[in-house]
Amino acid sequence: MKITTIALNTFKEAKRDRVLYLLFFFVAVCLLFSRFLALLTVGDRVKIIKDVGLASISLFGMLMAILMGTGLVYKEIDKKTIFTLLAKPIHRAEFLLGKFLGLVLTIFIMTVLMAAVFMLILFLHTFSVDWKILLAILYIFFELCLMTAVALLFSTFTTPILASLYSLAFYLIGHLSWSLEMLIKKVKSGAGRAALRVLYTVLPDLENFNFKTEVVHNLPLPGKLLGTSFVYGVVYTAFLLLLAMLVFRRRDFV
Amino acid sequence: MGRVLELENVHKAYKLGFIPKKKPVLKGVSFHVNEGEIFGYLGPNGAGKTTTIKCILNLIFPDAGRITIFGEDSLRPRARQKVGFLPENPYFYDYLTGREFLAFYADLLGIHGQAREDKIGYFLKLVGMERAADLQLRKYSRGMLQRIGLAQALLNDPALVILDEPMGGLDPIGRKEFRDIIVNLKKEGKTVFLSSHILQDIEMICDRVAIILAGEIINQGYLGDLISEKVLFTEVIIGGVPAAEFDHLGESVSTSGDRVLLKVYEEEKIDQVLSLVQQKKGKIISLIPRTETLEDIFVNMVKSQ
Repeated sequence: MKITTIALNTFKEAKRDRVLYLLFFFVAVCLLFSRFLALLTVGDRVKIIKDVGLASISLFGMLMAILMGTGLVYKEIDKKTIFTLLAKPIHRAEFLLGKFLGLVLTIFIMTVLMAAVFMLILFLHTFSVDWKILLAILYIFFELCLMTAVALLFSTFTTPILASLYSLAFYLIGHLSWSLEMLIKKVKSGAGRAALRVLYTVLPDLENFNFKTEVVHNLPLPGKLLGTSFVYGVVYTAFLLLLAMLVFRRRDFV
Repeated sequence: MGRVLELENVHKAYKLGFIPKKKPVLKGVSFHVNEGEIFGYLGPNGAGKTTTIKCILNLIFPDAGRITIFGEDSLRPRARQKVGFLPENPYFYDYLTGREFLAFYADLLGIHGQAREDKIGYFLKLVGMERAADLQLRKYSRGMLQRIGLAQALLNDPALVILDEPMGGLDPIGRKEFRDIIVNLKKEGKTVFLSSHILQDIEMICDRVAIILAGEIINQGYLGDLISEKVLFTEVIIGGVPAAEFDHLGESVSTSGDRVLLKVYEEEKIDQVLSLVQQKKGKIISLIPRTETLEDIFVNMVKSQ
């Protein structure tokens, strides 16, 4: 119950800060780019719209997760609102979890709105509904949850600017680490290969949540892959939250 | 009378600088607060008052020592179940209205439904904030924040209320109202822990005090024991007699028009002053014996350290 209260308050804060206005930017980017790129490209115009739309949802969501997530805890400490809050009989872990869920709720609502706009634009072009698109968006949402946990973790011990840089680095590494997997296959077995495997296991692989290509080009989506990606997301997010709680548990609020 | 709050040998040092260097802030603070009393925690700026309070509330972890609230270790959230807290210069979520703000804290404390609405209404009235209840906190003045902050601290019907410099941003009327509320809390059987450097407030309402200086408690006890009843001097304001007439009887501090403010140190000389005034056909405007105040004790202690 305490977690829900904090989560709903976090959502209220985002709403009052007019974060949901970002939706208008999303609509503008979506419409403009899909029209503009479609003019420049030879081929399937609908594929371009799908590509741009999914990339925009991912980008806007990521911006929200990082920019809002990194200020989530820092702002409470900086504005000293945390003093009265933690003086109440609540665990610090409850506070963190409430903050996390509040931002996830904000991002969820934003993703749903963006998805609705995107589906409408698509429908106006094709007069049919491609439900597979929603699956790709769902996995974008899982990735955003993980990124929120990353931002929250950095937010517990550093300033928003540094936390944003770290989170961005995490995001970039996460989307490039798949190349390590390619490398592992090409390196001969031995110490080097083992080291690469350890590195690949430790580093995040956010490409696990990227089903954009499969959806846009209508490629098959094996259930096993979807399942593994989901479990990967849940476990990694839980691990990050646990780490954030450990950091936060003994922190002094001077 | 049970002990509501107890600190035993609490130490805390902050790490400062790029190469962390420890700066001790609390150096073995020990005191206790009894049930049903108003306890004043006194000290100049930077003495460690707020750090002590943060240690009590688990916002800061002491390096050594033990703190118990109602016999429970302060590290457990359960210990804060019956505690209300108003921080110094309260900062709250400024995007909430006064009413939403109280509703948020009520929800956190597990007060829901009609009980929540009743409590919010009652406390808004108590702190005189009914009219600003639906205004966002970012539009509140400092005094208004202080008032709504007090309402927040009292929502869970706490047995121990911790107030850090509560009268800071208040005007004289506000300060009087706050003092009345605090005295009423005591009447309701609650224990109040009050930190302040405004000695007048503490002197007026506190039962016991502890004085902290540079992280150490230098004195504590009942206010009556700390302040002696001895008359230090008597202030006499006389009209119609020149100051020079009283040179041998006391120290004339100031003159304004035909009025003289005279400080008389020996009790037997007061009668002489009175008869001299009568003789010279002047008049006594006021005569006030000055006993030792908390301020005198405080200033002496700070100077002697």
